[in-house]
Amino acid sequence: MRVYGAVALRGFRRFATYRVATLAGVFTNTIFGFILAYTFIALWTVRPHLGGYDLPHAVTYVWLGQAMLATTAIMGGGVEADLIERIRTGDVAIDLYRPADLQLWWLAADLGRAGFQLLGRGVLPMVVGALVFPLAWPEQPLTWAYFFASIALGAVVSYAIRYLVALAAFWLLDGSGLTLLAALSAVFFSGMLLPLPVFPGWLGALARTLPWSSLLQVPADIFLGSRSGGAVMTGLAFQAGWALALLGAGQLLQAVATRKVVVQGG
Amino acid sequence: MAEALRAYALIAGAWIRSTMAYRFSFVMMTVGNFLATALNFAAIAIIFGHTRLLGGFSLPETAFLYGTSGCALGLADLVLGSMDQLGRRVRDGTLDTLLVRPAPVFAQAAADRFALRRLGRITQSALVLIWALAALKVVWTPADVLLVPVMLLSGAAIFGAIFVIGAAFQFWATDAAEVQNSFTYGGNGLTQYPPTIFAKDLLRGATFVVPLAFINWLPALHILGRPDPLGLPGWLDFCSPLVAVVACGVAGLAWRAGLKSYRSTGS
Repeated sequence: MRVYGAVALRGFRRFATYRVATLAGVFTNTIFGFILAYTFIALWTVRPHLGGYDLPHAVTYVWLGQAMLATTAIMGGGVEADLIERIRTGDVAIDLYRPADLQLWWLAADLGRAGFQLLGRGVLPMVVGALVFPLAWPEQPLTWAYFFASIALGAVVSYAIRYLVALAAFWLLDGSGLTLLAALSAVFFSGMLLPLPVFPGWLGALARTLPWSSLLQVPADIFLGSRSGGAVMTGLAFQAGWALALLGAGQLLQAVATRKVVVQGG
Repeated sequence: MAEALRAYALIAGAWIRSTMAYRFSFVMMTVGNFLATALNFAAIAIIFGHTRLLGGFSLPETAFLYGTSGCALGLADLVLGSMDQLGRRVRDGTLDTLLVRPAPVFAQAAADRFALRRLGRITQSALVLIWALAALKVVWTPADVLLVPVMLLSGAAIFGAIFVIGAAFQFWATDAAEVQNSFTYGGNGLTQYPPTIFAKDLLRGATFVVPLAFINWLPALHILGRPDPLGLPGWLDFCSPLVAVVACGVAGLAWRAGLKSYRSTGS
């Protein structure tokens, strides 16, 4: 177990080294936050209470989305790119040689990254948003605890999906097409463009049951109090269920994939 | 100039042949590129499912803004989109390779990893634009008709200038590639919505600091017969080509200054 803790810490430190890139990301998140906030304000001004949110909730939702975009790697940008490259070049053989599980090793690295990006890229845009717009904050301290638990689960679900995508590189070698499609699905079905309760009819129902809603919609609803009491627990259970199912699928695919590896010269 | 264009065409052609070697991947990337913007438009369509007007603009009017902004960005992205990789080349030292080749560095950096998959964005935006043109209830004067292609080309040039200035910035801040996304993709995100929904200060910034308003807002407002929320003089609606030329001039100076200040990693 200690080894995974060490890997997670290195993941955190590695991303903490990219200081200029982090600042650039904060800047971009803030700009997009402004653009999206104004479109949401325009929509919620003509349709107050749309999707069960009032105006401050809708604006807060925008800034939560910008704060979590990098953390739960909604547009990708986690460790999967490295893993795909290692599969393509064959370096993955070294990873498999280690006395640690491939999936858990990279999970630890990705959670370290997520932890850094929550601090490095999450806090500042939220502060800027709070300075300019009236935001809705949780009233109970316990809500914060549930919120962070939900982010952690969202990060695991996100990783589990990206791990499956990365493993496809064992067969496809060039993972870029699939990576792009996975990122698009995540952006649309996480609620990054619009909160899922605003989606019409069956599309909304479908989006809420897909795993991507764990990446933003569920944590945001806990933060905003749209999920309270028992609904918080069902939300967390929903995320945990998807996390286990997708990690399990990753283990199965990993078993098939590693049987396929042929290392040059070995 | 002719030499630069020739170098650009040669390198771009080589990259096209190289991507065509993995045809399945190319098809998937092009479809993905198309879908990426289509999902954005789906979100706009969902918004208009809840309201008939957003900031006083109808869906066809917003689609007109979306299509013109998307086509302009798509064209700039196709021609100069790879420029945002410059920071990576500075970081790993491969920019030196470009410097020793007997071809203009700018043409090489611009044509690097030339990607036809970016036609996906242009196609999607063009389809929306065509639909918007058909659905708009506007009395077209000859000047308005002429304004559409002028707006697309000037818009592409302004976005292109932003790509180049962003790349020049990476000579100094090699890790800051994401900053230019704020102005390219962010500028696209801004100008695809009606200007009436944004705060006045944001509009002033997007007009006088980064001239995003000249990409499509000002000429489009003229075509749609709508007042400009900042109350600027009407002749500015026709100034996009002029602004584009100035923006390209600034971009050229920024590129030269950046390239001049470049010190390779080895020294």
